[in-house]
Amino acid sequence: MKEKLNVDQKIVDRCRSAAISIADGIQKHIDENTTTSVERTVVRLFGIDGVDEQEIPLPNLVVDDVLENDKLGKGIAFWLGNAMIETGKTPQEIAEVLAKEEISLTELPLHKFSAVNEKVEEYVKKMIDSIEKNNDERKALQDKFPPGPKPWLYVIVATGNIYEDAKQARAAARQGADIVAVIRSTAQSLIDYVPYGATTEGFGGTYATQENFRVMREALDEVIAETGHYVQLVNYCSGLAMPEIAAMGAMERLDMMLNDAMYGILFRDINMKRTFVDQYFSRMINAYADIIINTGEDNYLTTADAVEEAHTVLASQFINEELAKRSGLRPEQMGLGHAFEMNPEIEDGFLMEVAQAQLIRQIFPDAPLKYMPPTKFMTGNIFRGHLQDGMFNLASIMTEQGIQLLGMLTEAIHTPFLHDRALSIENAKYIFNNARHLSDEIVFAKDGKIQKRADEVLLQTTKMLEEIADKGLMKSIEDAMFAAISRPQTGGKGADGVIKKYEDYYNPFMDKFKEGLGLYE
Amino acid sequence: MNNIKPYGDTLNDGKIQLSFTLPIEASPEAKEAARKLSLKMGLDEVSVVDMKDMGEGFSFFVVYGKTEYEVDIDRIKVAKVETDTMSYYEVNNYIKENIGRKVKIVGACTGSDAHTVGLDAIMNMKGYAGEYGLERYPELEAFNLGSQVPNEELIKKALELDADAILVSQVVTQKGVHVKNLTELVELLEAENLREKFLLIVGGPRISHELALELGFDAGFGTGTLPPDVASYIVQTLVEKEYK
Repeated sequence: MKEKLNVDQKIVDRCRSAAISIADGIQKHIDENTTTSVERTVVRLFGIDGVDEQEIPLPNLVVDDVLENDKLGKGIAFWLGNAMIETGKTPQEIAEVLAKEEISLTELPLHKFSAVNEKVEEYVKKMIDSIEKNNDERKALQDKFPPGPKPWLYVIVATGNIYEDAKQARAAARQGADIVAVIRSTAQSLIDYVPYGATTEGFGGTYATQENFRVMREALDEVIAETGHYVQLVNYCSGLAMPEIAAMGAMERLDMMLNDAMYGILFRDINMKRTFVDQYFSRMINAYADIIINTGEDNYLTTADAVEEAHTVLASQFINEELAKRSGLRPEQMGLGHAFEMNPEIEDGFLMEVAQAQLIRQIFPDAPLKYMPPTKFMTGNIFRGHLQDGMFNLASIMTEQGIQLLGMLTEAIHTPFLHDRALSIENAKYIFNNARHLSDEIVFAKDGKIQKRADEVLLQTTKMLEEIADKGLMKSIEDAMFAAISRPQTGGKGADGVIKKYEDYYNPFMDKFKEGLGLYE
Repeated sequence: MNNIKPYGDTLNDGKIQLSFTLPIEASPEAKEAARKLSLKMGLDEVSVVDMKDMGEGFSFFVVYGKTEYEVDIDRIKVAKVETDTMSYYEVNNYIKENIGRKVKIVGACTGSDAHTVGLDAIMNMKGYAGEYGLERYPELEAFNLGSQVPNEELIKKALELDADAILVSQVVTQKGVHVKNLTELVELLEAENLREKFLLIVGGPRISHELALELGFDAGFGTGTLPPDVASYIVQTLVEKEYK
């Protein structure tokens, strides 16, 4: 990448050191607490899956059994390991008898910690091995069928029916899509469990279930050899079941996850204390599974103004970067998000878009930046919309973005038709190919509009980050510093799922991940 | 009688463009199928100007043709919001002069809809396209409840705040779920004898005033609506209903 903006590294360093103190401010909370969803994730990592007669997922039943007895702070892994010694059963068998209310984990005789630790080792190793096997398989496939050049073409499917999604995804891959995301059914982020099995009904999307992940992975793998390039699969690692979905993705070889540290708090009114703990563990799983995360800063601009609030996007990217780092994610796994959302009527609006995109390109040189298309100013005028998407594509190739979520000309009308997607792929391929090395050829005028705009945004970002560092992140969210949305520390959904860890809290998977990711100092 | 038909470059040429996908690979037969289909749609002089294979057994077509149909524009009646749109200042003055207290409005995206773009454009302080949102109006008290609000909760909140008007936004919808959602709200209000207590307004890209009336709402606003359109309707209708 050629640096075109004269970014003041001293100011960038100030931003990063503010981000560090912001993350320090919530780290104690993260270290001292676990959540019901983190514990359910541990249950899933033991290989427990399935539902009871009332369709309640077994991981929920197992965790609730211990929660009701107020002993979850010890870590579900301990209770499962203890039950394994006591009953001689496998984790799955234990969950099944527990579902029939034949046993309760905390009522069994207690065994020594060292015995429990030894007992679960086999299962921990099995899961770690299977995640590593998926990583190796991905790598082998990507070596043989390398992904196309960046920006990667990212499209969504959203029929509600996983089999229809699979068909549309294969069609998109054949048309040249590099990445396919299955949009989730709209209300899923607010349910405190993961539905089970293949699903064929959803609202505005398709449920994220482990079986649906498997169906899509298989469908995309089918076309990889034919298209000659690896197609990446994306889902949503967000909402109340965030870490469980990370585990499912790791098991089914997803390649990317929407996984933001603050999105759920701001836009889904999920309790912040819950989310901070959940995002930490979910990102650790994503880090271990070589998954690229996508952060959700673009969302700020659908509620706030993209010209005036551009610095909030950059500030949030610094925070997301620091929190991601603490979970062991490498810069190459950080698809930091932003969006092309300025009002198209603004004179020189395109220049400001380019300034923002280039600025973050230079600040996060190794991150595969996730660029989101115009949505807010898309109207029913599909012809103008197609052109807006073209401008968005041009800004992207000019500034070497990483992940290009393609705009649809029918945005604001309906979830994409098959040909809407085909037209948007054609649009992006045309512009990316036709202007492939434009970025190498251009320089920006010294003290010109683009340079000045970038300076201004960076300076505002610094002020904002330093203010947040002073106040603390939780207080800043209460004070509506992001997206003009205020969320109280005690409010929101899922607050009752935050559990204080005991001194002897036990989570062998987290220990292994930390070890593997080099997170122990 | 004042019959009109589509205009390409000559009056009454009836020219129409359309595009669609057929579930069949691109082939001369597929192209002929696209032509036949367009003829069946009532088009004449059909020309399939582009065919593209999209993989997975689908192909895409761009078609031109001319229609023989025409409509008598004089006989068309459309239900529309009748109030005149006033400016931000005019609305505030109107409230001061004619109502003499603050007008309370609650708004929400209901059901499973998480898309607040439309609601925010109308309600948020900042507004949209250069017009301030309802929260900014000094004579209005606007409460934006956000997304995925159950109908029951919206009603509860409207009662609690003693709202004059309820705004519902529906953006993303699949298989008609927005209609079900909107109907449910009206039914809930009617069941509790509350329907007449509020001005009930719906907005969204698939909403027309006509559809809103059909569903039992007082008004509906579609694409292109700006905050003063909604504010003007609310204050003038309130005065008409209560303060005459």
